[in-house]
Amino acid sequence: MKPIATTRAATGIATGKLAVWWVLASEVVIFGGLLASYVMYRLGHPEWADAAAVTNMKIGAFNTFVLLTSSLTAVLAHQAAERGDGKTAAKFLYFTIFGATTFIGVKAYEWWYEISNGYTITSNTFWAFYYSAAGLHAFHVIAGAVIMAFVARDAKRGLELHRVELIGIYWHFVDIVWIFLFPLLYIAK
Amino acid sequence: MAELAVAPAAPAPAHDEEHAHHGPQGWLKYLWSTDHKVIAMQYMFTGMFMALVGGFMAYVFRMQLAFPGMEVFPFGMVSPGEYNALVTNHGTIMIFWVAMPVLLAAFGNYLIPLMVGADDMVFPKINRLSFQVFFVSTIVILASLFVEGGGFAGAWTAYPPLSASAEYNLTDLGSTLWLIGVGLEFVAFLLGGINFITTLMNSRAPGMRAFDVPVVVWMIVIASILFMLSVGPLLAGAVMLLFDQTLGTGFFDPAAGGDPILWQHLFWFFGHPEVYVVLLPAMGVVAEIMTTFARKKLFAYKTVIFTVVATGVLSFFVWAHHQFIAGIDPRMANVFTITTLLISVPIAELCFVYIATLYGGSIRLNTPMLWALAFIAEFLIGGVTGIFLGAAGADIYFHDTYFVLAHFHYTFFPIAIVGTFAAFTYWFPKMFGKMMDDRLGKIHFWGTIIPFNFIFIPLFVLGMGGQHRRIYNYAHFPELAGDNFQLMRVIATISMLVMLAFQLVFFYNCWKSWRAGKKASKNPWKANSLEWTTESPPPHGNWRPDEMPVVYRGPYEYSVPGRDDDYWPQNSPA
Repeated sequence: MKPIATTRAATGIATGKLAVWWVLASEVVIFGGLLASYVMYRLGHPEWADAAAVTNMKIGAFNTFVLLTSSLTAVLAHQAAERGDGKTAAKFLYFTIFGATTFIGVKAYEWWYEISNGYTITSNTFWAFYYSAAGLHAFHVIAGAVIMAFVARDAKRGLELHRVELIGIYWHFVDIVWIFLFPLLYIAK
Repeated sequence: MAELAVAPAAPAPAHDEEHAHHGPQGWLKYLWSTDHKVIAMQYMFTGMFMALVGGFMAYVFRMQLAFPGMEVFPFGMVSPGEYNALVTNHGTIMIFWVAMPVLLAAFGNYLIPLMVGADDMVFPKINRLSFQVFFVSTIVILASLFVEGGGFAGAWTAYPPLSASAEYNLTDLGSTLWLIGVGLEFVAFLLGGINFITTLMNSRAPGMRAFDVPVVVWMIVIASILFMLSVGPLLAGAVMLLFDQTLGTGFFDPAAGGDPILWQHLFWFFGHPEVYVVLLPAMGVVAEIMTTFARKKLFAYKTVIFTVVATGVLSFFVWAHHQFIAGIDPRMANVFTITTLLISVPIAELCFVYIATLYGGSIRLNTPMLWALAFIAEFLIGGVTGIFLGAAGADIYFHDTYFVLAHFHYTFFPIAIVGTFAAFTYWFPKMFGKMMDDRLGKIHFWGTIIPFNFIFIPLFVLGMGGQHRRIYNYAHFPELAGDNFQLMRVIATISMLVMLAFQLVFFYNCWKSWRAGKKASKNPWKANSLEWTTESPPPHGNWRPDEMPVVYRGPYEYSVPGRDDDYWPQNSPA
C-alpha cells in the first residue's frame, strides 16, 4: 500500500510536479554558479576571444536546432499524454530521445575534432570552462534521455502518464541551459 | 491525478501482507526500510558515531596544543601534517557529518511527517536513497583519513592553491577523497531537502493550514530551501577544484588565468547560509520546548516565520565578511559590513521572541528546558561576538585569530550540541517509548555547559591577544608563546577533557533509560503538536489508517482561559 502522505495534495499541485520544480531550482544555482564564474573571468580576460574563435559555431547552431526540436516533441508527447494517448506520447518521447542521441553524437564529434587539434581541458582556462560547462550539460542530456526511456516504456502501456509532463519540464530546463551556453561559449568572440 | 487514483485500487487482502512487508523486520529489512522514523534513526546514529570521531580529533589536537610534543594516548605523537589533517577533518566532520545529519536530517525526517500528520514522507524511496548516498559519503570521508599521505590537511574551507595541488598539500589522495565525500554529502541533503519541502507543502493533515504548522517544521523546511539555493555554486566549484586537483586545469590557479578568490566566493556563498541551515532547526527545537515547558503560547508566531524568511534572504548577501582581508575591494567590504550587521537584527528578534514567550509563563525546569535556555544564553555570546567580526574594521585585527574560532564555536556548539541534546531529551520518550532519567540528564547538562564555557572563553582572550589559529606548536613562535597564553590553552584543554568525561553520563543515561526507564505515555509533556497524539514509539505508518489526525487549531494553544486542561491538542475537536 502506498503511504497516505504520497496521495495528498494540500497545495492542489501534484507532489511529483512540485518536486521537479524544486530539483530545477537546485540545478539552476549549480549552472548559475558555474556560468557566473565563467562570465566574471571572461570579462577579465579579453584574450579568451582567440580561443572562443576556434569553437565551431555552425555545429553549435545545428545542435541548438536539434535540442529545440527535441523540446517540441517533448511538448507533443505531453499533449498526447493529456489526452490519455500513451502510445503517441511514447512515440514522441522516442523522437526526443533520438534528438538527445544526435546532440551527444555531434558533441562527441566536435570534442574529438578539438581534442585531436590540441585544444584540451588543460590548454587554458577558457577550454577548462568549455569542457566543464558543456560536459555538465551533456551529462544532464544523457541522464534526461535515460529517464525518458523509462517513462516512455511505461507510457506505451498507458501507465504513469503524468510522468510525461514531469520529464518534459526537466527537458525544457536542459534546453534552456544550452540556450545560455551556446552564446557564451560559441558566439561571444 | 494518476497518483491520487492509485491508492484505493489496492485489493483488501493484499493490505496486511504489504503492510508487513514495509515494516522493518530483521537486519536486512531494517537496512532497506523506507519508514521515515527508521531513516531518521539511521541518520542520527551515523551522526552520533561521527560526533565521536570528530570529538576524538578535537581531543588529540587540543592535547597537542596544551602539551606540545607529548604523546597523546592512544593516538601517539602528533606530527605537523597530522595536526593539520585533524583540525581540517574535525571541522568538516562536525559540520557536514554531525550538525547536518542530526539536526536537519534526523530530526527533519523524524518530526516532519509526525508533526504534519502524515504517515511518511512523500517520496519514501528517495528518502532512503538520501541516506544511502550519505552513508557512502561517510565511508569516503573516513577512508580519506587512512590513505597514503593521510587525510586532507588544507583546512575545512579548502582554499586553493593549497587545496588544489598535491605539490602544496602533500595529500594527493586524501584531498580528492575529501572533496568527493563532501560532494556526495551535498547530494544526499539535496535529495532529503526536496522530500522535506514537498512533504510540508503537500501532505499536511486535513485542516492544517500553513500557519498551523509547528515552528520547528517551518524552520527545517526553510533551512532545506536555504541549503538547496546556496549549495549549487559550491557544487560547481567542487567540480572545478576536483579538475584542478586531478586533471590539472587552472580554475583557481593565477598562472593559468584562474583566480583563487573565486573559490572563496563560491565557498562562502554557501558557507554563510549554511550557518542558518543548521541554526534554524535548533531555533525551532528551542521554540517547541519553550512553549511546552512555559505552558504558554509562542509569542508572535507569524512574526517568527516572517523573520526567519527575512533571515534566509539576508543570509545570501553577507558572505564576503569572511574575506575582508582576502584583498577584496574596500567599498565591497563596507556593503558586506552593513548587511552583516543587518542580519543580527532578525536573529536578535528571535531571541527576544523566545524571552517574551517565557515571560509570565509557568516554567518547568526539566532537562530539555535547561538545554533550551542554555541555547539562548550561549548563542547570544556567539551572536554578539559576531558583530565584531562582521565589522570590517575590527575584523582586520581579529581575522584568523582564536577570537574567530571561539566565536564560531559559541555559535555552532549551541546549535549542534546544545540544540541536539535539547531535541534528543525532549523527543526521547516519543522515539524510544521510555522516559529519560531527569537527574542524570541534569548532571550531564551542567557537566557539559560549564566546561564548554571554560574551553572557549580562554580562546576569546587568546584571540584578543593576537594569537593566530592553525598553529601546530606555539613554542616555535616565541612572540606568541607567552606563559599566560599557554596557561589559557591548558585551561581549555583540561575543560575539554572534563566535558568529554561527562558525555559518558549521557550514554549511560540513554542506555539505562532505554533498558529500565519508566514507560512513556502518548503525551508525557502534555504538548499540543500531532506527534504526541500517537503511541510512543509510533507504529509503522504513525497512526492507524482510519485514525489519521485532523487538525482544528495551531500548535501553541497552552493555558487557554476557560479550559480545564492547560493544553489543547491540535487534533481535538472544539
